[in-house]
Amino acid sequence: MNQLVDIDYGTPAKPAAEQVSLEIDGVAVSVAAGTSLMRAAMQVGIAIPKLCATDSLEPFGSCRLCLVEIEGRRGTPSSCTTPAEAGMRVRTQSPRLAALRRGVMELYISDHPLDCLTCAANGNCELQTMAGVVGLREVRYGDAGANHLDAAKDESNPYFTYDPAKCIVCNRCVRACEEIQGSFALTIDGRGFASRVSPGQMQPFMQSECVSCGACVQACPTATLMEKSVIEKGQAERAVITTCAYCGVGCSFKAEVKGNEVVRMLPYKGGQANEGHSCVKGRFAWGYATHADRILSPMIRQTISDPWREVGWDEALAYAAGEFRRIQAEYGRNSIGGVVSSRCTNEEAYLVQKMIRAAFGNNNVDTCARVCHSPTGYGLKQTLGEAAGTQAFKSIEKSDVIMVIGANPTDGHPVFASRLKRRVRQGAKLIVIDPRRIDLVAGPHVYAQHHLKLRPGTNVAVMNALAHVVVTEGRLAEQFVQARCDTDSFEQWRQFVARPENSPEATAAVTGVPAEEVRAAARLYATGGNGAIYYGLGVTEHSQGSTTVIAIANLAMATANVGREGVGVNPLRGQNNVQGSCDMGSFPHELPGYRHISDGATRALFEQRWGVTLQAEPGLRIPNMLDAAVDGSFKGFYCQGEDIVQSDPNTQHVVAALEAMQCVVVQDLFLTETANYAHVFLPGSSFLEKDGTFTNAERRIAPVRKVMPPKAGKADWEVTMALSNALGYPMRYRHPAEIMAEIAALTPSFAGVTHERLDTLGSIQWPCNAQAPDGTPTMHVDGFVRGKGRFLITQYLPTDEKVTRRFPLLLTTGRILSQYNVGTQTRRTENLRFHDQDLLEIHPHDAEARGIADGDCAGIESRAGSTVLRAQVTERMQPGVVYTTFHFPESGANVITTDNSDWATNCPEYKVTAVEVSRVAQPSTWQKARQRFTDQQLALLVRARS
Amino acid sequence: MNVDKLIRMANQIGSFFEAMPDRPQALQDIALHIQRSWDPRMRAALLAELDSRPGTEGLTPIVGEAVRTHRKSLEGSP
Repeated sequence: MNQLVDIDYGTPAKPAAEQVSLEIDGVAVSVAAGTSLMRAAMQVGIAIPKLCATDSLEPFGSCRLCLVEIEGRRGTPSSCTTPAEAGMRVRTQSPRLAALRRGVMELYISDHPLDCLTCAANGNCELQTMAGVVGLREVRYGDAGANHLDAAKDESNPYFTYDPAKCIVCNRCVRACEEIQGSFALTIDGRGFASRVSPGQMQPFMQSECVSCGACVQACPTATLMEKSVIEKGQAERAVITTCAYCGVGCSFKAEVKGNEVVRMLPYKGGQANEGHSCVKGRFAWGYATHADRILSPMIRQTISDPWREVGWDEALAYAAGEFRRIQAEYGRNSIGGVVSSRCTNEEAYLVQKMIRAAFGNNNVDTCARVCHSPTGYGLKQTLGEAAGTQAFKSIEKSDVIMVIGANPTDGHPVFASRLKRRVRQGAKLIVIDPRRIDLVAGPHVYAQHHLKLRPGTNVAVMNALAHVVVTEGRLAEQFVQARCDTDSFEQWRQFVARPENSPEATAAVTGVPAEEVRAAARLYATGGNGAIYYGLGVTEHSQGSTTVIAIANLAMATANVGREGVGVNPLRGQNNVQGSCDMGSFPHELPGYRHISDGATRALFEQRWGVTLQAEPGLRIPNMLDAAVDGSFKGFYCQGEDIVQSDPNTQHVVAALEAMQCVVVQDLFLTETANYAHVFLPGSSFLEKDGTFTNAERRIAPVRKVMPPKAGKADWEVTMALSNALGYPMRYRHPAEIMAEIAALTPSFAGVTHERLDTLGSIQWPCNAQAPDGTPTMHVDGFVRGKGRFLITQYLPTDEKVTRRFPLLLTTGRILSQYNVGTQTRRTENLRFHDQDLLEIHPHDAEARGIADGDCAGIESRAGSTVLRAQVTERMQPGVVYTTFHFPESGANVITTDNSDWATNCPEYKVTAVEVSRVAQPSTWQKARQRFTDQQLALLVRARS
Repeated sequence: MNVDKLIRMANQIGSFFEAMPDRPQALQDIALHIQRSWDPRMRAALLAELDSRPGTEGLTPIVGEAVRTHRKSLEGSP
């Protein structure tokens, strides 16, 4: 766990279809056919010198350092590019090889600055190490000849430097950008001696296509590409393997630490979700954890116009508990509730819902999945029987056709996007269903075979049209359906989708997608081999979000694209632990493991363990809590790690609800937009400050390990525990491992999960129990969790949010690569250099008709409210549709969105809001009012600290 | 609770199940969905509105029928 440098085998592992046996330096070794000699040698501890090889990249054979001798063969082949063969006898050391290597190294060093003692890579430089390994003792060429030692350093990127003087042109960075990230932002410019690594066309990194994923920096064997944090702080003393706290990919990282300070985050190659890759957020944007804006003292106040008062933990917790109990005494047990943070660990999520159910005594608990993937939970549970995706990310390596619906993985789930792009470069076909021309539609060496550029709000019509083609053209997987699915429901569905009104020709008028394009996409998906569907919030955040999820599951079952590797139905979940928070019983109607609260037997299990009687009725969802607050029946709110004022729809309604409450307790890292309406502030802890687990979009439970002590003295689980104790419901856990033990004891899908098992296996995909002791990478293999797969009819119904003459455009919202959700973390990092404001993307036709030029202030008005953003005129948009992100509170993107929601789950319809856009000269009334309020709140905070 | 919003939510639920060919099953599913996902005070507010303005409360026919048919399962303490 604390290993700073991992073993580098030089070349990637090969699938072990056939083994070959050989001898290297007299040592017998058996490896998978196709394994390089370099890797084979390393497997028995023989480290062949190398510079251009690393096991995350395909062999290149350029540095000429890894030469070996093979008995019976002429010459000295490079061991990285020579596959092991049965019966080979290989020598890695000989006088001839030593001379060759020394000569090569001498040439390298002759054009390399000899500033090792002051170099950031000192002691961790492969060039330096190799010089020692080959015994280089002199460089005969002097420094009078041509060299690159005076080449200018590129410091444009906020996170790393590029020093061409130190470059040995090994190509590792270029290959990492191509093979791992798939951006093709780097190349080698020039030839021979003039060869140089070139971002874009010899541009500074920040002006190139580089997305700052860090793959090149990680691949660099010298200090040519080097993290600025390492340059500034020096190298780490220890490393802790943990899990990223940004998106639902859940990348595994090695946090390299000096004392209690993070020096850098390196993607961990043993991490099963990311296999050594990262994005700009997880790799570099962790500085928020120690940002000066962190609030480290509990604070209380009676009203939101009072100054904050910094108090001790005990006083703050006693005040919060007292207020909650007072409210319950006055307004009833059900007048308070809370929100579980999907940014916190499973153990913390479990504790919050436990506290609400057991200590509050009601089921008014919810989580941010309400506003993102709650339709996934509903739709997949109804059809397949389990409220989660079916595959591991690795499954995509066996996909032949990949359908991406309502997701923008290159921005939202970048590390998964890199895997997807790699598979497409290998030959898989790509179908994109999205109103915008997202980057996947046409990128470097990746393009979509079909882009169904639909009108927002018509997902169901498109899915039905795809199904119509499958059914009416005889492309159904009849055998699979007969064997695995409920045939009555299937027959009803088959008749429904076969109706003429579901044909691509009939739906084209509504969806805007040409019928032939739909037909071609359907044929490809149904007959192109393994078909995998990946979808995002562009599916769920609609009034028919759950219907679309059901339609996706229907289509996958009808074509037998469920139950094996390479296929499946895969929600790309947003928050790092939103899958986990749902698993942990954070919904008001479900106990951990998705068991309904009305199920007496399940309830009895929890009642016995928790020593309380639980309510058998579902509680309020977040939007219901807000409505009830405005209505006057909901008065107290515990909000852990969510910023609902910024993230939830119809901001002004959210604010009205919070203002109507008598006690709002916010537990967070910063004074968020929501915290401005709080009466109690409890300092939260970042993912670096606690132990526990996160569960990612592939159901993978991965360890979160404490890197530094909690900066405010308590980890989030300790805060919840203390609040529960203050409420009079005792909790006595000494470590999150004990909480996981309780989860496992009460939740069948987690029965085999322990922190010790996670230490051993690295991560576990649930279900993990006696039947699947090491977890379940692929779901529904021999049968669906619910028994027979169930088809449901998915009638397309237009949203109530319609365009009119007053609101003729449709607004849809999303995310951008460098910022994350409400931006609480990323806005407090150098990621601001990539994206410092939310922009309104608008098609040139729509912009021109309104007299709006690129960069103008554009007023956006909907039925809910209005705001002002800078316009970005772009043909990524289709006419009639505008788009923005919601990363900056001052933008007020959710002032515009309405409280329309999904029929089954109340997931807001963020993706369809009718708006009008006009050129304006000043911020909106709401923006001005917000600024005044924010300034007041900051002043109240300053008074607390003075 | 904002009863107009509750009625709109109920009608949305009804719209999904209305497409099912088995109407009694659809009625039951509508009521079951409301019962299993709505807090009791929301259900009580809906029923109160139904009682105070029968037939004019704004529910679509299928939802009105579902609620009336399966009323007992929807009643709970507010």
